Amino acid sequence: MNISPAKKPSTKFLPWEDPKQEPLVRFGNVTKRFGSFTAIDNVSLDIYEKEFFALLGPSGCGKTTMMRMLAGFETPSEGTISLGDDDIGSVPPYKRPVNMMFQSYALFPHMSVEANVAFGLKQDKWPKNLIKERVEEMLSLVQLEQFAKRKPHQLSGGQRQRVALARSLAKKPKLLLLDEPLGALDKKLREQTQFELMDIQEKLGMTFVIVTHDQEEAMTVASRIAVMDHGKIIQVATPEVIYEYPNCRYVADFIGDVNVIEGRLNSRTDSGIKLSWAEGQNDISISNNTERSADENACFAIRPEKVHVTHEEPLDADNRIQGEIHDIAYTGNLSTYYVKLSNGIIFKAQESNRRRLANREFTWEDKVWLSWRNTAGILLD
Amino acid sequence: MDRKFGRFLLIGLPYFWLLVLFLVPFGIVFKISLSDVAIAIPPYTPTFDLSAGWEGLKSLISGLDFENYIWLTEDDIYWKSYLSSLRIAGISTILTLLVGYPLAYSMAKAPSEWRPTLLMLIILPFWTSFLIRVYAWIGILKTEGLLNQLLMFVGVVDEPLQILNTDTAVYIGIVYSYLPFMVLPLYSALEKLDGSLLEAAQDLGCTSIEAFWKVTFPLSMPGVIAGSFLVFIPAIGEFVIPDLLGGSDTKMIGKTLWAEFFSNRDWPVASAVAVLLLLLLIIPIVLFQNQQERAQEAEK
Ligand SMILES: Nc1ncnc2c1ncn2[C@@H]1O[C@H](COP(=O)(O)OP(=O)(O)OP(=O)(O)O)[C@@H](O)[C@H]1O
Ligand SMILES: [Mg+2]
Repeated sequence: MNISPAKKPSTKFLPWEDPKQEPLVRFGNVTKRFGSFTAIDNVSLDIYEKEFFALLGPSGCGKTTMMRMLAGFETPSEGTISLGDDDIGSVPPYKRPVNMMFQSYALFPHMSVEANVAFGLKQDKWPKNLIKERVEEMLSLVQLEQFAKRKPHQLSGGQRQRVALARSLAKKPKLLLLDEPLGALDKKLREQTQFELMDIQEKLGMTFVIVTHDQEEAMTVASRIAVMDHGKIIQVATPEVIYEYPNCRYVADFIGDVNVIEGRLNSRTDSGIKLSWAEGQNDISISNNTERSADENACFAIRPEKVHVTHEEPLDADNRIQGEIHDIAYTGNLSTYYVKLSNGIIFKAQESNRRRLANREFTWEDKVWLSWRNTAGILLD
Repeated sequence: MDRKFGRFLLIGLPYFWLLVLFLVPFGIVFKISLSDVAIAIPPYTPTFDLSAGWEGLKSLISGLDFENYIWLTEDDIYWKSYLSSLRIAGISTILTLLVGYPLAYSMAKAPSEWRPTLLMLIILPFWTSFLIRVYAWIGILKTEGLLNQLLMFVGVVDEPLQILNTDTAVYIGIVYSYLPFMVLPLYSALEKLDGSLLEAAQDLGCTSIEAFWKVTFPLSMPGVIAGSFLVFIPAIGEFVIPDLLGGSDTKMIGKTLWAEFFSNRDWPVASAVAVLLLLLLIIPIVLFQNQQERAQEAEK
């Protein structure tokens, strides 16, 4: 797929496209059962060195279980997990070059911030002066030097989270696991910390795996995202591919907002394929279709922000449908228009509010035209 | 006005009980400890003569002195039994901790649906009188008792062991009787422990055993201290267990006290022993209070 990367070109980094690259972590047909319940269902997955890999999915889909298998707290019921060249399926947690930042932070309440960060180093019998140095380095990395002597209960939530990060980074693990690390933070602090995490990851050149159910967070930080559902991995791709080219309705629905129209593919032309979807409505033309043949049922999916709303019929648009504004959701920077089509379907279109609310062009029950280019949407099964 | 009175009552009531049930009896005992022994009823002098009024009180006070306390320092039986009480209480506390910790630990690790039942089992012995349970141990420990029969049947020993009437029997009795006081605070400390802390420790390179010593044990310290005091404090003054299970050479201050009161009928000396015992106990009790306060601070 040829789409331009969303991240800075200087950070262009695509080891998964290079067949010669060996993955750092490899899940080979891993299944994990708890009693008769299958939490992870035959998952195969490669994670490469220096990746910032995100596991995304609804609650209970098995994200934490994947992490716990990587950390060594659970052993797979079937299949293998390898780290570098070693099969680590049954290596106990304390022997793995993997550290985890816990969802609850799990800071030792009876130890100072300093002692918490030094814990793993002491355990590895580092010499005293090196431990001291490393602890200072880590605390300055997370900007907590002046809190070194405090106990965890004397810190704010955000500061604790930084201590937990510093502690898990101190041993320079080959692989760092972050289980919803920013869950307890407010939105502002969370966004700021996301960037700090990315900086730290780049600076230290480590591999991070992050669990989150916040899709924006995953899109922001991750080099690749795995979308999970019911113990299966549905799609693994870069954030931009996941967003622009979801491979199924589930992924399209899970990440962001989407309009889905069911219909039947009818004619194929040089410029693409046409989907008929309702009596008396123009067919939808799609040019960036996959290799679909005519006479098939299909779904057309398009993101609301790719749909324009106008009063006048946009004669030059590739696709246009008329409807009536049913509802408007105002979220400050954006307005989402819920437009009812002639056949009763509600179609979402999003416009940014370049004008003040009082000067808004559209209001309830206006007749409007929706239009989009024939490359804006995609076909799904 | 009414509300003020209500509040006064609410706050005043516990102090009133303290006064009636603790301070007044203590005052009486202290007064007796300053008296002299006499062949009379009650067996000491001087006694307070209410009808003599003010003069009576004056003559009473002039008749009091610290003779009995001086006596306690002259005969070594007293300070030896104090020391022996401390030693027996100390050793029993350690033994109770050694028995109680694994018990509390396994209870805290048990599936949560079992825990109420396990707690119940720990408290169950309280349903039978303490005295009867200590008597039952005589039947178990005596030369032809259950324990010896079992040991001989299994072939561990040829001759029955003399356990009853030794210090060992006293230790067994104290550990058995006070075990719940050790297990309950330990259990409540261990049950609160967040399992992810242990995982974090293992993640950072600890084996399970190291994680226990570096995380679980330090975090259960409030329970260890509370349990130890709850065993140590009553064990010092214990009378029934050393009397029934201990030998004639098992010296404990409770026994000495009893002997002074009932065998020697020397109430003044016995009262002096009791007052000193109380002073001796105040030290660990104050320490215990301090520790409890600090534990509560830390939890906030
Ligand atoms: N020890 C266990 N015993 C039994 N079932 C378990 C155990 N651990 C997890 N599960 C089940 O496995 C499934 C996946 O759990 P997991 O914790 O991995 O979900 P998750 O994706 O992390 O969810 P969340 O976003 O809520 O944290 C859940 O249905 C859960 O009930
Ligand atoms: Mg989880």
